[in-house]
Amino acid sequence: MSISEIQEEIVEEFSAFDDWMDKYSYLIEIGNDLEGFEEEHRLEQNLIDGCQSKVWLHAVLKDGKVIFTGDSDAIIVKGIVALLIRALSNQTPDDILACDLQFVEKIGLKEHLSPTRSNGLVAMIKQMRLFAVAFKAKMA
Amino acid sequence: MAFDVIKVRQDFPILQQKVYGKPLVYLDNAATSQKPQQVIDSMINVYTELNSNIHRGVHYLSNQSTVAFEEARKKIQTFINASGEHEVIFTRGTTEAINLVAHSFGDTFLNEGDEVIVSELEHHSNIVPWQLLRDRKNITIKVIPIDEAGELMMDKFEELLSSRTKLVSVAHVSNALGTINPVEEVIRIAHDRDIPVLIDGAQAVQHVAVDVQKLDCDFYAFSGHKLYGPTGIGVLYGKAKWLEEMQPYHGGGEMIKKVTFDKTTYNELPFKFEAGTPDYCGAIGLGVAIDYVKSLDLAAIADYEHELLTYATNALQQVDGLRIYGTSEQKSGVISFLVDNIHPYDMGMMLDKMGIAVRTGHHCAQPIMDHYNIPGTVRASFGLYNQREEIDQLVAGVLKVKQLFG
Repeated sequence: MSISEIQEEIVEEFSAFDDWMDKYSYLIEIGNDLEGFEEEHRLEQNLIDGCQSKVWLHAVLKDGKVIFTGDSDAIIVKGIVALLIRALSNQTPDDILACDLQFVEKIGLKEHLSPTRSNGLVAMIKQMRLFAVAFKAKMA
Repeated sequence: MAFDVIKVRQDFPILQQKVYGKPLVYLDNAATSQKPQQVIDSMINVYTELNSNIHRGVHYLSNQSTVAFEEARKKIQTFINASGEHEVIFTRGTTEAINLVAHSFGDTFLNEGDEVIVSELEHHSNIVPWQLLRDRKNITIKVIPIDEAGELMMDKFEELLSSRTKLVSVAHVSNALGTINPVEEVIRIAHDRDIPVLIDGAQAVQHVAVDVQKLDCDFYAFSGHKLYGPTGIGVLYGKAKWLEEMQPYHGGGEMIKKVTFDKTTYNELPFKFEAGTPDYCGAIGLGVAIDYVKSLDLAAIADYEHELLTYATNALQQVDGLRIYGTSEQKSGVISFLVDNIHPYDMGMMLDKMGIAVRTGHHCAQPIMDHYNIPGTVRASFGLYNQREEIDQLVAGVLKVKQLFG
């Protein structure tokens, strides 16, 4: 699936919630369900240290696609990490660099991406794109 | 006179609003307090009636604003019982006040190998200025440890003092834990060895009556915005004997007596430390905030807030899995806590959705979080307008979040 198709799918899923409690319950659920981050990657170099919460991000290039794994110590942040990974993992560096990440705003979680929230998410998105840039250079 | 919180709340227009359709429960007073209408009106009045740059103006408005600015200084002098107005220096806030001392006192009196003592529960504002001084002058910073309750270990403090100790700088009240430190004792012990003491009063002046002469502290710093006054204005009290000797902090207008390219002589106190146009509007607003607090009686406020703290502590302790950090017997209206293994960010986000404003994270006091080996806490902090109902809402909110994450 393309990044924009995945984004549409996420927006569709979240449109079912009209109550913030339900929305956050779902976010907590997908945060709790996020797997795949290997303990050996829980290193200083993979840590995006926000003032409020920590995010770990790791990436490898496999068959021309970037595979992201990540984690956070805060569950809500981890839920958003899970959504970002769902949207951007297993995509080519070119697609990652070209995409317009609109879904966070569309599902009403934009406040978590404000630079002053300092939860590591803004830096995480930047880091995901930097990985794409690095892998693209490697492939060339 | 009984403290009438319902009436008091009517003075604070911001408290009447709703967030996400729910009544605002504002429990972030240690970060900043809300402003009474009287303070807001006074700021409007400055800009509509008397705005003009202070001092040295020959015209009517300049005279009016200068009088109002200096009256504000007088109010502050009385409020903290400084021996003279010349010992009251306006700054941008506590942070600038401490930086001023670190620079001016540091440059004048400290040399390589000298020591400054702070404590483990300091706000970063009372740590980093000394580290910058350390980097400039190659001094040593020593730290008074805290115990599990979040109290200063006074026996360790005495052991830290040496012939090289040139200043002790500690918080009156901890912003992250609420501990009221035994500053009288700190000052007495330091003074026995002729060591001056700076007290960071950012979290104290709004909760306890401060008498700088009785305390006998050498410096006392606080901010206007936590005292129901405007942002951008704060105070450094300093004993004249130190201020007279200290190098100026900033250079510029107002702080000089005579300037030539060869030599500049400095103005007298307090103007020597007030370079540039001060925030006279903020200062006047702070004066009005002090009038407001005085009209309610600081002792009555302290009693009321203590009742709230006791009520909140008891109520929160009923929540299964809730741990309070900072359990000193002597506490002001701050409760730092964690519930189960719920991350403070998650708790804060969920409470926010219920209209409850708390602070989460390390509260600019990372060494405390390291002490307890936690990433941060959720902090509820009370002001004079908070009510028991709001604490009930906080507890209900915490229970709801607990259920959500359960």
